[in-house]
Amino acid sequence: MNLLSLILVPLVTAIAVLLMRNKTQVRWTAFAGAAIQLALAVGLLCAYRTARLNGATEQMLFEQQYKWFPGWNISFHLGVDGISIAMILLTSFVVIAGILVSWNIEKMTKEFYFLLVLLSLGAYGFFISLDLFVLFFFLEIAVIPKYLLIGIWGSGKKEYAANKLALLLMFGSALVLVGMLGIYFGNGVKTFDLMTLSKIHIPAEVQKICFPLLFVGFGIFTALFPFHTWVPDGHSSAPTAGSMFLAGISMKLGGYGCLRVATWLMPEAAKEYANIIIVLAAIAILYGAFATMMQKDFKYINAYSSVSHCGFVLLGIGMLTKTAMVGAVMQMVSHGLMTALFFAVIGMIYERTHTRQVDEMGGLLKVTPFISTVLFIVGLCSLGLPGLSGFVAEMTIFMGSWQNANAFHRIATIVACMSIVVTAVYILRAIGKVAMGPLKMGYENIKDAAWNERLATIILIAGILAIGLAPFWLNDLVSPGAEIIMQKISTAK
Amino acid sequence: MNEFLTLMKSELVISIIIFLLLFIKIGKGMSNSSLLILVQGLLLANFIVGFFAVEEGVLFGGLYKTNLLIAYQKSLLNLAVFLISLLFADWFKTTNHLAEFFILMLSALLGMFFLISSGNLLMFYLSLELATIPVAAMANFDLQKRESSEAAVKMILTSAFSSGILLFGISLVYGTTGTISFDLMPSLVNTSPLQVMAFIFLFAAFAFKLSIVPFHLWTADVYQGSPMPTAAFLSVISKGAFAFVFITALYKVFQPLHAVWYNLIMLLSILTMIVGNLFALRQQNIKRFLAFSSIAQVGFILVGISSNSSAGIASVVYFVLIYIFSNLAAFGVASVIASQANKELISDYKGLYQTNPFISWMMALALFSLAGIPPTAGFFGKLFLITAGAEQANYLFVLVVALNLVVSLYYYLKIVRAIFMDKNEQPVKKLALSFSVKLGLIICAAGIVLTGLFSWIYDYISSLS
Repeated sequence: MNLLSLILVPLVTAIAVLLMRNKTQVRWTAFAGAAIQLALAVGLLCAYRTARLNGATEQMLFEQQYKWFPGWNISFHLGVDGISIAMILLTSFVVIAGILVSWNIEKMTKEFYFLLVLLSLGAYGFFISLDLFVLFFFLEIAVIPKYLLIGIWGSGKKEYAANKLALLLMFGSALVLVGMLGIYFGNGVKTFDLMTLSKIHIPAEVQKICFPLLFVGFGIFTALFPFHTWVPDGHSSAPTAGSMFLAGISMKLGGYGCLRVATWLMPEAAKEYANIIIVLAAIAILYGAFATMMQKDFKYINAYSSVSHCGFVLLGIGMLTKTAMVGAVMQMVSHGLMTALFFAVIGMIYERTHTRQVDEMGGLLKVTPFISTVLFIVGLCSLGLPGLSGFVAEMTIFMGSWQNANAFHRIATIVACMSIVVTAVYILRAIGKVAMGPLKMGYENIKDAAWNERLATIILIAGILAIGLAPFWLNDLVSPGAEIIMQKISTAK
Repeated sequence: MNEFLTLMKSELVISIIIFLLLFIKIGKGMSNSSLLILVQGLLLANFIVGFFAVEEGVLFGGLYKTNLLIAYQKSLLNLAVFLISLLFADWFKTTNHLAEFFILMLSALLGMFFLISSGNLLMFYLSLELATIPVAAMANFDLQKRESSEAAVKMILTSAFSSGILLFGISLVYGTTGTISFDLMPSLVNTSPLQVMAFIFLFAAFAFKLSIVPFHLWTADVYQGSPMPTAAFLSVISKGAFAFVFITALYKVFQPLHAVWYNLIMLLSILTMIVGNLFALRQQNIKRFLAFSSIAQVGFILVGISSNSSAGIASVVYFVLIYIFSNLAAFGVASVIASQANKELISDYKGLYQTNPFISWMMALALFSLAGIPPTAGFFGKLFLITAGAEQANYLFVLVVALNLVVSLYYYLKIVRAIFMDKNEQPVKKLALSFSVKLGLIICAAGIVLTGLFSWIYDYISSLS
């Protein structure tokens, strides 16, 4: 399996989209690209499992290394382990669903799809790169598409939201940059290569400074409290596919970076700062949940609940046990699928009712049974119903957290658990108001989901069910990667 | 004689073009468009010739020296002038004195060539004047506009002032070391107070030319008043040439004073960046905006210069190459709009994408490159400057520099927002792009995209320095 194809397919798709002449061609080209990418991702999963079953024991498989700026010791180094593959699968699911959902975009269609594909290119590149510089390169590629997607196709106070998002994410990147340079000059060999860096010991005083920089920098991407403020505004102002990409993919870049770069390379500092991470994550979880309760706008509800759910990712990382770490990765995948689906459904409802205020809707189950059913599924997944992916991920994190047998970790876990009750309150209330009750005036004639919308939701629901009903494959996929990170942490002083 | 021809061939070709233009002017004259094509062709030829038979050598008893890196730097400047001759065709075609304009611009370029090659203080001072005085005349070329004359006066006064300071510094250097040769100077320079003072005077003169804060005050006014090609020349070519000389002067001649200039550069780079960024935030006029953005960019160049290593030289040259493409593309688009629609305010750019998608994308690409967003080359340029500077610096310095990247993104995005997002009842009308403008913009765009991704360009520069 050649990992370069994961970058080349979106690149070719992006160029092809620009060359197309009419909107239909643009849509189908983007769709074809996304479908190929999905097939590649699934193929990658199969190839990876086969290789492992055949006894491949290297940490990273399908490694490739090309010279790129040898003067700085930078190389275009690619490779995947189970964690990366989980993230790549997530990305390909969200991308194809996002492209299907935006089928009816009429304003600057070509530019819209071009930016979507460019954003996905950044995400794919990020998840497969094994060189800090390349990783950073792909991380930043994704910033501008987000800005333009929100600013041009968004709604509400979109310019404000786009600016806030771009600047906060850029601020995160700036911190990552400083941390990255700190590691580069502090490790003694001047290399950005993750594999080399993981084998050498970065001096403790360098770790002490670089870990917070990198963790906070990546954390901003994944709504680390108190830098989460871009999330509600950005998500709610973005167009449907933009919100899906933001919450489903972009926020996961941060979680992956926290895990792969900060925690893996600097285990001692991770131990030292773990408690602060846990406190911040617990605050984000509870604060996000309570803030959601107060929201009237459907998109804001999902955006604030994303803050809460992504808090679990950071909580899982901060707990520093293998189970919790696996749970964190599962939560990333699960939340990515779930929140993308949620935004997709909200977008579909908005297209029909032209409102996002929960109070103005009602009884939609009677006219749009398909959309409403999907809304139920995704809502129940969000509040953690067993059988769906949310339960599996959160449960794993709680199990892992509980393994730390001391009062601080226990209290933090209990605090985080309490958010589930709050989640149930706001989710059930919102869904109830939208789907149940008497049908509100003016909504009698709205149509149910079209083929593209059905296909998009089915793809995402398939992902949610695949994790919810048979979590073991994801667990098996992610565990070895988490194991290696944990080994470094347990041997660290 | 043969050595003279090969070593000085860039200077010779430029001199020949100047004389050719002079003869055309005093002879029968030529239409603007054919003159433009002639100059473009010759500049392109000189650019290509610049890559062949490059040798190292010294002429006139150490007055003039050249090597591969210097030849490369000259090629870059030559490329930039070539791009100017393409991009500002709209303005060139309307002016009545095209031949004079090019004579002046090429004289300034010639001055910069000698400046980069200068081997002692005398040559250095002469070529510096040659590189400066024609630019002041170029600033005056919008003859019917009062601001243009104002810009020229400001430029010539500040230049004269900085020349005075420079001469005073030179005389002190000569007085304390007894030599004007750059080769002999390093062994004679030490940190005695008088020499440090002499160095500070020289430094101030450079700071004037590079618009390093607090010597930047002339920049915005001169840019705003002068015609677009002059502003572009000042912001790209002049900055580039002086950065090249500055780095040689610091690394070679004043290496013994490293402890003095290192802190100075670090302080001034932060100051320059912050002032440039903060003032750029509030600008309404695109030329003033680009002026302050170029001040901020100089701040980043200083970060690279602070590294005091060959990586510093390489990253600065590399950055200047990228900066040529990015800033000239931005100026080029601004010039098309200014000369065809007569609009120079950022608010006039609202809704530009609806009517002119091509130049909108070019502007966006240029601004992203200036802001340092991948996959544009600006990302690599900025990152390597910071990496080079970070080797010796502390975390705080790097952090401040990195945060300045965020601030600069804000104001570059302001223009992107005006072009792509803001609504406008009367956007700029559909503009007709001439072939040469299109070609120039496409060359710039290709440069912006490919210079970064093709890592061998950096490797090549790095092998020279």
